[in-house]
Amino acid sequence: MLKIENLQARIEEKEILKGINLDIKPGEIHAIMGPNGSGKSTLASVLAGRADYEVTGGSVSFMGKDLLDLSPEDRAKEGLFLAFQYPVEIPGVSTTNFIKSAVNEKRKYLGLEPLDAVQFLKTMKEKMKLVEIDQSLLSRSLNEGFSGGEKKRNEIFQMAMLDPKLAILDETDSGLDIDALRIVANGVNQLRNKDNAFLIVTHYQRLLDYIVPDFVHVLYNGRIVKSGTKELAFELEEKGYDFIKAEVNEATA
Amino acid sequence: MQEENEDILEQITSSEYKYGFVTDIEADEAPKGLSEETVRFISAKKNEPSWMLEYRLKSYRHWLTMEEPVWANVGYPKINYQDIIYYSAPKQKVTLNSLDEIDPELRKTFEKLGISLDEQKRISGVAVDAVMDSISVATTFKEELSKVGVIFCSMSEAVQEHPELIKKYLGSVVPATDNYFTALNSAVFSDGSFCYIPKGVRCPMELSTYFRINAANTGQFERTLIVAEEGSYVSYLEGCTAPMRDENQLHAAVVELVAMEKAEIKYSTVQNWYPGDKEGKGGIYNFVTKRGICAGAYAKISWTQVETGSSITWKYPSVILKGDNSIGEFYSVAVTNNYQQADTGTKMVHLGKNTKSRIVSKGISAGRSNNSYRGLVSVAKNASNARNFSQCDSMLLGDKCGAHTFPYIEVKNNTAQVEHEATTSKIGEDQIFYCNQRGIDTESAVALIINGFAKEVMNQLPMEFAVEAQKLLAISLEGSVG
Repeated sequence: MLKIENLQARIEEKEILKGINLDIKPGEIHAIMGPNGSGKSTLASVLAGRADYEVTGGSVSFMGKDLLDLSPEDRAKEGLFLAFQYPVEIPGVSTTNFIKSAVNEKRKYLGLEPLDAVQFLKTMKEKMKLVEIDQSLLSRSLNEGFSGGEKKRNEIFQMAMLDPKLAILDETDSGLDIDALRIVANGVNQLRNKDNAFLIVTHYQRLLDYIVPDFVHVLYNGRIVKSGTKELAFELEEKGYDFIKAEVNEATA
Repeated sequence: MQEENEDILEQITSSEYKYGFVTDIEADEAPKGLSEETVRFISAKKNEPSWMLEYRLKSYRHWLTMEEPVWANVGYPKINYQDIIYYSAPKQKVTLNSLDEIDPELRKTFEKLGISLDEQKRISGVAVDAVMDSISVATTFKEELSKVGVIFCSMSEAVQEHPELIKKYLGSVVPATDNYFTALNSAVFSDGSFCYIPKGVRCPMELSTYFRINAANTGQFERTLIVAEEGSYVSYLEGCTAPMRDENQLHAAVVELVAMEKAEIKYSTVQNWYPGDKEGKGGIYNFVTKRGICAGAYAKISWTQVETGSSITWKYPSVILKGDNSIGEFYSVAVTNNYQQADTGTKMVHLGKNTKSRIVSKGISAGRSNNSYRGLVSVAKNASNARNFSQCDSMLLGDKCGAHTFPYIEVKNNTAQVEHEATTSKIGEDQIFYCNQRGIDTESAVALIINGFAKEVMNQLPMEFAVEAQKLLAISLEGSVG
């Protein structure tokens, strides 16, 4: 589904990604972990197509297409979803209205008729249950005055509405209390199926207690330096990132 | 609202000024230039009584003594008032027995603008007065309105048919001597709409006037007067468009509103005069004086304007709150793009006790445009317990445009409560990227964000026009984001 080969990217003059390789197949959940500043969020942003980053090398194919060749909106419509670490606020635009625009843009791209009000509402009601989100929240302006937990739940709700092939969760667990974390994880687990995949970017192991990954990768200094199964996450939690750093430094010394 | 947003997204990809066509119709024009002769010519064309001619001549003579104002935050080459045609009327039969006799060219013109002069096809609940250049070509639903005593007709007709009302109210809110452009308008105004709502009547439909400039080198000087008697209600809407031309054309209108005790007037404007091209060439100079008076207690006047057109806009729809407990409101969205300039706002003059006013202004600037809010809130010595709330928000698109706020507050009574809030924001790249990531392209994202920004004002528009206005916002900003 997603194949990243030797991906390199920088912001202004600073090299951040220095050759990432990653292969994600349908039905898989991958976790990317790593210390602060290792390039985790950059990877998420580059895949989504944020203009601040310049790709300087490598390739990414998504569903057989050259991802880097697509505009951010076309990547989204092809089925790539990013749950933002810091979801933005758009005053005066109701969440419902925003999601409806997004859903119908995607449908248009796929050659489908737009959902009418009744169908849309029905879908919305179903998905609302998944993330235990309240109707009143959705009629408010997008993310305006939402608590941290509400914003993150809204991200997962949008993900449910858009039904992406690949969802990238960028530190969705940061700033969440344990209840919100459970709700978010629950949503992901219910949406999970054999045809879609998740890339979960996180600093901590705790989200992975709820969303069990098939693979865990450690990103350090712009490279994936270690890959393993969920046990790797426990090891990291126990030992901290220092042992990875030591290993890497030893190898390059 | 949701489907409507869909439409906006569709619309935004279509481009340019949609109403830029010219109708090829023979016109009856005054010779170029302004003199007493011109004023007499116009008055004679309209077969006016002598008191009307006197009013015009007096205004003209006063105008000669005045200087064009320069205090607004706009710049333009000096207008040559001798280079303008002050009267241009599309030729058609002198008297129309019914709407069926309207010149087909005129009918087609208004149909192209989405205004049907055919009563059967008209969306129910809206009566229209259609004004092209200097004259009113048709007014619909007159008979139906007259059944409840509502007078809705062209100003020319009102001068003939209701001279007592015109004599009493014309110039009563905006005196001819008020400013340079009102003096000019009072001398040469050629048509416009007159509405009279009798005591206790709730006007059964929306009244609207559609202004169209067609002829080249002409100015449009229309005059609107609305009188709402005690306990009556009316909602009125004006729309305007003009052909695309390289020369600037002057539009100097005067609008007067009179609301008696417990009467309410809701006045909405969707202004879409030709704004000029991308280089700032051409476009309408929209120099307009609009003022209403809450003459009796508990009267209410509410101005709502969506200003997207004109190369220069200079207007301050105001309310004189004379009656105790009267209310004035001003809701405005002003969009400027390319080289457009807008200096707009309101004056709320609190004279009566317990008077309230509310100002919500949303300015959106893009391109190399300049957008200023200028407002005055004044509370007179005897206006105890006056309240005002003002909210002025500006949004900038890009870094070559300007947004300015000039709020003036004069309070002479210490029981007054005056609040002013102002914000300036930019559409953030992160907001756009967020929309992009959800599959919404940049132009649609901008449309979504600015419609959200302007929502509080857009919600004030009558339903029939809200959708159109939303689309207009999006279209006006086309190409403003890289």
